[in-house]
Amino acid sequence: MDQIPALIRVFSYLSLLTIGGGMAAFPEMKVLVVHTQHWLTEEQLIHVYSTGQMSPGPNMMMVAEIGQIVAGPFGALVCALAFFIPTGILTFGVGRLWQRLAGWPWRDSIQKGLGTVAIGLAIGGLITFGKSAITGWIPIALALLTFVVLNRTKLNPIWLILGSGVVGVFALR
Amino acid sequence: MSEVTAVKAKGLPLKAKVSPVDLFLVFLKIGAISFGGGVVAYLRNTLVREKKWFSDDEFLEMTSISNTLPGLNATNIAILAGDRLYGTAGAVLALLAICLPAFFFMTAAGMAYSNAHARPYATAALRGVAAAAVGLLASTWFQIGKKSLKGFYDALFVLAAVLGINYFKLGVPVVLLVVGAVAIFTYRPHVKPEPPAEAEDQWIRSLH
Repeated sequence: MDQIPALIRVFSYLSLLTIGGGMAAFPEMKVLVVHTQHWLTEEQLIHVYSTGQMSPGPNMMMVAEIGQIVAGPFGALVCALAFFIPTGILTFGVGRLWQRLAGWPWRDSIQKGLGTVAIGLAIGGLITFGKSAITGWIPIALALLTFVVLNRTKLNPIWLILGSGVVGVFALR
Repeated sequence: MSEVTAVKAKGLPLKAKVSPVDLFLVFLKIGAISFGGGVVAYLRNTLVREKKWFSDDEFLEMTSISNTLPGLNATNIAILAGDRLYGTAGAVLALLAICLPAFFFMTAAGMAYSNAHARPYATAALRGVAAAAVGLLASTWFQIGKKSLKGFYDALFVLAAVLGINYFKLGVPVVLLVVGAVAIFTYRPHVKPEPPAEAEDQWIRSLH
């Protein structure tokens, strides 16, 4: 229970960093969750983040799993609210304002500029994530296989994720 | 002033009457079946093709706004769409509905993980899942990058952000403020980059 204020602080802060998607916030999440607050080990954070990829809906709801592990169901609720409410209010407000700025020439500049940086932030997050998640030749093979198949086919990624889980049970114990 | 007149007053197209229950159930369904990431594609299929609540252009515009703001695309689009369909209450309902299934899924996963993380099978399975997640995320961003990165400056800003995060360890806020500000200035109005709507359109269509 004593972790609740810290959970609110950390996840409402992290939510503001998710420009372009959740991956942008991963490096900061790793620092805060693993090194500063010691809620999870690095390996556990990778597990929880990966579980988020198996969930329907917004994958970053993995924050609720962190809350659950740290402080039970109430912790899960607190993390979800802290993570989705601040950006939600921002989007709601800016969404209405943005309509009225339709003719403002800087609007496109902002969209283009932040959109480009968001790609860099996501790649940066992914590199941080990959360094922890890829621990040997079999994970490299699974990651490459997933990447190639998804770029060449329309297969639903969930099958590759579940299949890799099965491979893990046999080959990564 | 009712929500509908509020929307009308801003000159937006008035939406066909959508009941709040309908709205909630539609977003709840998307939140429950959108396995494998790519929630935006599920949203587009349902809201544009199936329900015809939005045109392609309206959906693209909501996607552009969602990309620019913090928050996930899936939840941001839900908020914008909900607002346009049923005002403030619509935004709240859409956000809640799209989040609920994942919330229960992830809370249950947390309960299972707390009990099971010492067990070798669960850990081994998650190692495999994590590897596939790297491949999935890499392919998502590879496709977005392929569609939306065109010129020298695009590549430069992406590289600057990556180096800032992974090499100089500057932290996301600093990179966002510094590289973001330089990027916005570089793409300032009179430079006239390619219309962003087109790039958005292309990557939306590329999603499965």
